[in-house]
Amino acid sequence: MTALALLAVAVIVVLTLGTLAAVALRAEAPVALRASDWAAIRFTLWQAALSAAISVVLAIPVARGLARRRFWGRGMLITALGAPFLLPVIVAAMGLIAIFGRNGAVNSALAALGLPEIAIYGPQGVILAHVFLNLPLATRLILQGWLSIPAERFRLAESLGCGPRDIARLLEWPMLRAVVPGAAVVIFAVCLTSFAVVLALGGGPRATTVELAIYQAFRFDFDLGKAALLGLVQFALTAAAAVLAFGLVRPVMFGGGLDRVVPRRDADHWTLKFQDGVAITLAAAFLLLPMAVIAVEGAPRLFSLPAQVWAALGRSLWVALLSTVLCLALALPLALAAARWRHGRAVEAVGTLTIAASPLVIGTGLFILIFPFARPADLALPITALVNAALSLPFGLRALAPAARDLEADYGRLAESLGLRGMARLRLLTWPRLRRPIGFAAGLAAALSMGDLGVIALFADPDNATLPLQMYRLMAAYRSDDSAAAALLLLLASFGLFWIFDRGGRADAGP
Amino acid sequence: MRPLTPTRFAAVPPLFARGAAVACATGLAFALHTGAASAQEADRPVLTLYTYDSFVSDWGPGPLVEAAFEAECACDLELIGAGDGAALLARLKMEGPRTEADIVLGLDTNLTANAAATGLFAPHGMGDLALDLPVAWDDPMFVPFDWGYFAFIYDNTELSDVPTSFEELAAAPEDLKIVIQDPRSSTPGLGLLMWVKAAYGERAPDIWEALAPHVLTVTKGWSEAYGMFTEGEADMVLSYTTSPAYHLLVEQDETKSAAAFDEGHYVQVEVAGKIASTDQPELADQFLQFMLTEAFQSVIFETNWMYPAVTPESGLPAGAETLVQPERALLLSADEAEAARDDALDEWLTALSR
Repeated sequence: MTALALLAVAVIVVLTLGTLAAVALRAEAPVALRASDWAAIRFTLWQAALSAAISVVLAIPVARGLARRRFWGRGMLITALGAPFLLPVIVAAMGLIAIFGRNGAVNSALAALGLPEIAIYGPQGVILAHVFLNLPLATRLILQGWLSIPAERFRLAESLGCGPRDIARLLEWPMLRAVVPGAAVVIFAVCLTSFAVVLALGGGPRATTVELAIYQAFRFDFDLGKAALLGLVQFALTAAAAVLAFGLVRPVMFGGGLDRVVPRRDADHWTLKFQDGVAITLAAAFLLLPMAVIAVEGAPRLFSLPAQVWAALGRSLWVALLSTVLCLALALPLALAAARWRHGRAVEAVGTLTIAASPLVIGTGLFILIFPFARPADLALPITALVNAALSLPFGLRALAPAARDLEADYGRLAESLGLRGMARLRLLTWPRLRRPIGFAAGLAAALSMGDLGVIALFADPDNATLPLQMYRLMAAYRSDDSAAAALLLLLASFGLFWIFDRGGRADAGP
Repeated sequence: MRPLTPTRFAAVPPLFARGAAVACATGLAFALHTGAASAQEADRPVLTLYTYDSFVSDWGPGPLVEAAFEAECACDLELIGAGDGAALLARLKMEGPRTEADIVLGLDTNLTANAAATGLFAPHGMGDLALDLPVAWDDPMFVPFDWGYFAFIYDNTELSDVPTSFEELAAAPEDLKIVIQDPRSSTPGLGLLMWVKAAYGERAPDIWEALAPHVLTVTKGWSEAYGMFTEGEADMVLSYTTSPAYHLLVEQDETKSAAAFDEGHYVQVEVAGKIASTDQPELADQFLQFMLTEAFQSVIFETNWMYPAVTPESGLPAGAETLVQPERALLLSADEAEAARDDALDEWLTALSR
């Protein structure tokens, strides 16, 4: 295990810092950042901050509603709130265009009312998509905060005759102050590296993120110096955000304990019921309608899709499974080492390093390293799988590390005294005990890899596109029927993979 | 430059059916052709050609050109679509001399100086070419295969106050939205930069600043932009004066027009070049010569929707005479365009980053 953990650390360092160095060394002339690059940096920070702020502000009433109401479908709604995290970003963009595009439902309604139309291309579209993708995450984090307030406190407040205002001031506000900054920083970090959303909805230079600028420097100008410099900027920005985020936020597991409802007689007044009802309904409509539109538009053509879409699905499944295996091969030794070693935290930190690296810089670096020996286009799929594995590693580690720590605390000494080592220990102790988090981590890695549109966009020629890339191409060519069907296929594949792995991990662990 | 994919018009069933029939027919011919030839496939030399995506699409010139050339070369012509025009050059730079391409087709005069500077291309060695271009041609390395005038296309039943210059376009009400292409990835996008530069020189940054509020979005390539326009997302799109001919000849649709601009229209000359490191130099030469013959040139207007570099003996199809004929043709020389590129790009990025 020790050797494997060291190997994993080495792989991660090569993938993050090594690839960045490879790009920098290959750059011919020193470059400076142009005005437009500074604009990209400013825009990246600005949109991430705004996306985080809006997501969190909107999430507060929704989380409050979910925390104090009981209604039919509440559990399902909360489960559905986990979905956008796994939703392929390109599918989300498409769903939003269907609702908010010039010919979408919202603009038709605005036109009928004689109001000016809204445009989805540009900064406002990027922020809209980021709120769509992150509002559920914010809601879950804040809902957890609400449910962490012991029911006894509400009962006590009630018996002391506190009204809703007093409860908000005495119980809810302190909780929000503790939970909200962390949620905001996580979302800020996620939005910093946005690529697919900006590619689909950015609308040109006025909404270019650093990640997109790296793509352009590499793919359009073949300016490696610029790509490396922007890669460094990206690394610094996200590392700073990640340090903040991982320091501030408690781990979130999907689903656990969120079904509880604290009986709240203080919230029985009809105005509060109305408030909560409106918040929950609007959020559900905003989050579920775009996905519903894709399902409805995509279903009729699902089985008459062109052959290249099915071939792309095959390639994507292959990439996702390879990526899952690689991710676990990195995450498991790291998690076990982190639990056992004295400087375990440092090992875990290395594992989360990849969250700060730009996938496009990793891809570019690998391209430069590989090119002397092989045709990069031939290796587009394995490279994509490897980069995706690196990207889902922090999430996998986060699911595995606490469980590994418990395992070590509960059984570590016993196993040691029995001389249980190597494969035997893995088979008899680690696997049965860590099955659930492994299943969850695998599901996450598979789904994230399935939906990723990043590195593949750098290398793929038309003959080896993955499903997200194929879908993007159909969308770009305005083949609306086919692209909607491809989107539905992608959606089903991502959720399906997650479900299979997650279920597999729970198989004999009860319902 | 770009053939339109009829599936885009799926909302109109008869047109869709027509598109499908055409695609099916070419597809079938193609399948029969390759099927019959597969027996000898193994010992036939392969000529690899990189081009832009829409050239190789089922509705583009690709399938016809491939069939016609293979009929006379005893070779296998492999067409590889590599994004839009300018992305082609980036891909080539990335691959360097180890590229598998033997021919690159689809660069234009705004890129040829940059392309020549890579040292990856060989002279065409065809001497003086007899061409029907609006400009003189003496490039020793690149052979033109078609040309056109850039223009903004609009729907003449929707848009009444049609701008007649960039200044009028800039001064139009703010809800007039245009879609343009990214100059870093597509040749029309780069052409527009050069158009503004050639027409306004020093004033180009001001023009861009005034145009910026009208830019609904910037797409990576021509296909995306034109698709947005036909879907009704934007009022005007940067394309070619020849684009309305597609709607007229294929769809009998007279509602699409090109806006004539007083300052003149920039000319795009699309070229092909031979890669110096090719392992098929004779076949590559043969292809460049074939490119200027009737077999290639006669399909260009109705598949690529551009003017052929050598007018076919049968002339252009009826309807071509209805197209806007610009009074002034603007064109920067390859060297001027190369010299202007970086500054123009910076001005564009600055104006549109705001």
